[in-house]
Amino acid sequence: MSDLTTSAPISLPALSRWLLAVPVFLLLAYLVTFDQGVVSQAGDYLHELMHDGRHLLGVPCH
Amino acid sequence: MIRTLLVRGLLVGLVAGLIAAVFAYVVGEPDIDRAIALEEAAAAAESGTAEGGHSHDEPLVSRPGQRFGLFLALGLYGLSVGGIFALAFAGLRGRVGPRSEGALAITMAAVAFAAVVLFPFLKYPANPPAVGDPETIGTRTTLYLVMVLLGLLSVAVAVTSANRLSGRGPAVRRTVGAAGFLIPVVAGLVLLPTVDEVPAGFPGTLLWDFRVASLGTQLVLWAALGVLFGILSERAARRTGLGAAVRAPVPS
Repeated sequence: MSDLTTSAPISLPALSRWLLAVPVFLLLAYLVTFDQGVVSQAGDYLHELMHDGRHLLGVPCH
Repeated sequence: MIRTLLVRGLLVGLVAGLIAAVFAYVVGEPDIDRAIALEEAAAAAESGTAEGGHSHDEPLVSRPGQRFGLFLALGLYGLSVGGIFALAFAGLRGRVGPRSEGALAITMAAVAFAAVVLFPFLKYPANPPAVGDPETIGTRTTLYLVMVLLGLLSVAVAVTSANRLSGRGPAVRRTVGAAGFLIPVVAGLVLLPTVDEVPAGFPGTLLWDFRVASLGTQLVLWAALGVLFGILSERAARRTGLGAAVRAPVPS
């Protein structure tokens, strides 16, 4: 890989708008890893469906 | 630009999650099946007693369903991690870390793996089904998150303090950076309470195998994320570099 790909920094004001997406991603990660039906109505079903993934991601589970 | 990076991160994250799911399916699923068999045998042995928490007796989702769910869970997790990774990359690029975009992506993935996965794992390792007391799930989740946050904060402290010393040589900055990361994280490893809930008689080899499979799954995910994001970024950079050279052959 080349060492020559120096890019100008992206301006922080331009970036800050996009940071609003971070809570959405965190919510998604939360649904996969910790949700016990608190957020989603289908919580129990999703919780059981993603059971193996949660264990293998190393998240504490029951 | 940010949109391009974000789309790249989401796509790469999804793919990395699915690659990790293939690894987890092959390496981790047999261990989960063995652990569930032990859990059910233990439940059958003390039949008649009421079970707390969620049991695997009358499944809401069948075992084949849960195996499919593995791909869903890791795909969604990869999507989420990829999105955050891309925004962090957009913020750090040209400011912190290696100048090569490929090297930056791989460095970021390696550091994130250490901070978010490896150090929390050293303190609170992954557990298969049948290990862990349902009563303490709240405490264990909090402690685990404290460890993850401590890892992320330590990276921030390390990077900031190394950057403050821009006048010093690379050896000093590297040492300060490593210390800034390791001191808080090791303090967390030593000071946070230990969780010891492995039931008596649970096979040690199964526990070990499961934990290796879990760490391996995360390693595959982060390695794939860093390498694929790096390759795509290098490619894009070379393309725009070529384009700029064609448009403006004589530098002004």
